[in-house]
Amino acid sequence: MANTSYKARQARRVIIERTFGLAILGMLSFWLVINLIKAPSQFAEVSLIGLSNGILYALIALGYTLVYGIIELINFAHGDLFMLGGLFSAHFIALWFHQTKSSPMGWLVFALALVSVMVFCGAINVMIERFAYRRLRRAPKLAPLITAVGVSFIIQFVGLRWNGSGQKTWNSVLPSGHAMLGTVKLPYTTLISFAVTIPILIALSFIVTKTRQGRAMRATAQDQDASRLMGINVNRTIAFTFALGGSLAGVAGLLFQQTRGLTSYNLGYQLGLIAFTSAVLGGIGNLQGAVLGAIIIGLIQGLNDGLPIGLGQQWSQTVVFSILILLMVFKPAGLLGKQVTEKV
Amino acid sequence: MAISILKRKNKKQKQSASARSWAISLTIIALAIWAFFTYLFDKTPDAVQSWFQVWMPPSTINESLVWVICALGLNIVVGYAGLLDLGFVAFWAFGGYAAGWFMSGFFHQVNIHIGSMSNKAIPGIHLSFWLVMILAALIAGFFGIIIGAPTLRLKSDYLALVTLGFGEIIPQVFTNGENIGGFNLSNGTKGISPIDAIGVFGKRLGPFDLGWKFIIYFFLAACMVFVSLRIRGGRLGRAWLAIREDELAASMMGVPLMRTKLTAYAVGAFSGGIGGAVYATHVNGIFAERFNFSISIILLAMVVLGGMGNVWGVIVGALLMAWINATGLPAVGDTFNNTFHTSINFPSYNFLLFGGILVLMMLFKRDGILPEARLKMISHENDDEASNTGGH
Repeated sequence: MANTSYKARQARRVIIERTFGLAILGMLSFWLVINLIKAPSQFAEVSLIGLSNGILYALIALGYTLVYGIIELINFAHGDLFMLGGLFSAHFIALWFHQTKSSPMGWLVFALALVSVMVFCGAINVMIERFAYRRLRRAPKLAPLITAVGVSFIIQFVGLRWNGSGQKTWNSVLPSGHAMLGTVKLPYTTLISFAVTIPILIALSFIVTKTRQGRAMRATAQDQDASRLMGINVNRTIAFTFALGGSLAGVAGLLFQQTRGLTSYNLGYQLGLIAFTSAVLGGIGNLQGAVLGAIIIGLIQGLNDGLPIGLGQQWSQTVVFSILILLMVFKPAGLLGKQVTEKV
Repeated sequence: MAISILKRKNKKQKQSASARSWAISLTIIALAIWAFFTYLFDKTPDAVQSWFQVWMPPSTINESLVWVICALGLNIVVGYAGLLDLGFVAFWAFGGYAAGWFMSGFFHQVNIHIGSMSNKAIPGIHLSFWLVMILAALIAGFFGIIIGAPTLRLKSDYLALVTLGFGEIIPQVFTNGENIGGFNLSNGTKGISPIDAIGVFGKRLGPFDLGWKFIIYFFLAACMVFVSLRIRGGRLGRAWLAIREDELAASMMGVPLMRTKLTAYAVGAFSGGIGGAVYATHVNGIFAERFNFSISIILLAMVVLGGMGNVWGVIVGALLMAWINATGLPAVGDTFNNTFHTSINFPSYNFLLFGGILVLMMLFKRDGILPEARLKMISHENDDEASNTGGH
């Protein structure tokens, strides 16, 4: 008797949740269609901006998802690592190699910066793991999470010292013009972001699915003790995961700094949260999900900021975090994540 | 059997005795501070006065009491129930705006005076301070339930993220709240200022009546301590501790998980609201840009530093960090710079300081300065296992 009423309640709840979810989706598509009819070319341009934001978020979100997938830690410091990557590349390109204009030499330095920033951020992330998180791997969940918040503050302090308390603007070494696709402007910077990001994503997917190290990563994510028994060096595998995530954040930092031309010490916190939201939207722990979620979030944010009928940029954070909260309420597993039951 | 009951009784007596001695000594210290600043301060030599102005100004003392109130609220959520809340600033903001709405001339469309000492001719909603305290607590508690009800069934780290998102949304709503559908909700970045003076015993407390405010704030903080200790000893408090220690086992023992967690969240939000309203009267205004993430983190650092779950530890942690933040860091910096003729900007080190405290405490002294005995056992439960399996 009690069982059936429980089941009935459960079923009713599912129905209510579905209805709510569909209503929200309906409202969203209504809003999109209205805007599309009202200003089609602006719609296309704004979507492009959203898309180019989206791939940046994807690079950061992948770092969250990789780390969460393997040690179930929300690495709060990850967004700040992205900020540090941006600062590093700004200094690397503009101050150490004196490149402030678009030129072949500038592009060479850009490529050099890409490699260095990956190494730099990867190394920092590995160090953070080694000194802060490794000791707490078996501690109650709250402990590593609070440590991550603390590390985030320390990195922000480094950024504050390095960059100063305000925003700094930088000249880009990337060409500044745009190609035309019909009536839509395609900025070269956006195209270059895609050209850099897509091969990296393919390489990442290759590393995770095809290589030995990738297999070790997936095994460790499933069961640390069992993988240790199978002869996998768990500590090294986790460090490798942090290195991967860190270098992706570094790439994102470089691209952001070069395409938007600004650095600020608290940038990582804001963008990190947005990227984390994307990782959750796609289903945390799922690599394709993180990319998909990031592109969706980037699009929604771009559309909200730029469309004639929208809340505008001042509500940007609110929109993104409302998505996060609604998602948590209706579909905590994310779009591509699978429903996991609590381990007993 | 009899011996064990006897032992337990002894332990209980010991605990309540320790609580009593803590309460009595803190009250005596507070009274001494109050008496000193009210009666003796003007008679002391100038050197002593200036020393106090630099190292222990009365406004810092009052401000740290505000932090104590909020930290005790967060302690219920994080320390007792084990739910990580990274958006506590939202409740602080609700409390602050409650004071802004109901204790000022902000809503100039209406003219409501209830128990307030302010001039009856001034339009706006002017309620008595105590009424506003209750309202602020209720508003914050209400929103605590609204945000908690759908999200508390999430796993702990997801919950942290949702609260974080909430803590970002609410301040942004207030920052952009100048024109919500044509209605001015919060006066945007300009903020609401001034707030009505607090009225006690037919006296209006101006901005310099710090002694009286100290007494009021201390009274509110003491209420929070009392509430925390009483609830912890009761059925609800034991349910919270059970959830913190093992959710599954607690639910098997018949603890209603959702309802119990929601109560913790609501009680925490409640005190956050009180703290926010008190803060508004302390700084005599509400300013949207003050409600940022670092407030949530500082509060968390206070709870962690002091010892999660231990009321006295949290008080010590809150007083210490509030003092460092408001007075200690600038004062030490000035002294250092004057002595060694440097110009290091010490207050800018607070990021490093708070981050460092969080990391180092978690790594080396996970239980805080004054650890709670129960939590200490649990947080080191797996330590042996880690060394056996080569976790280090």
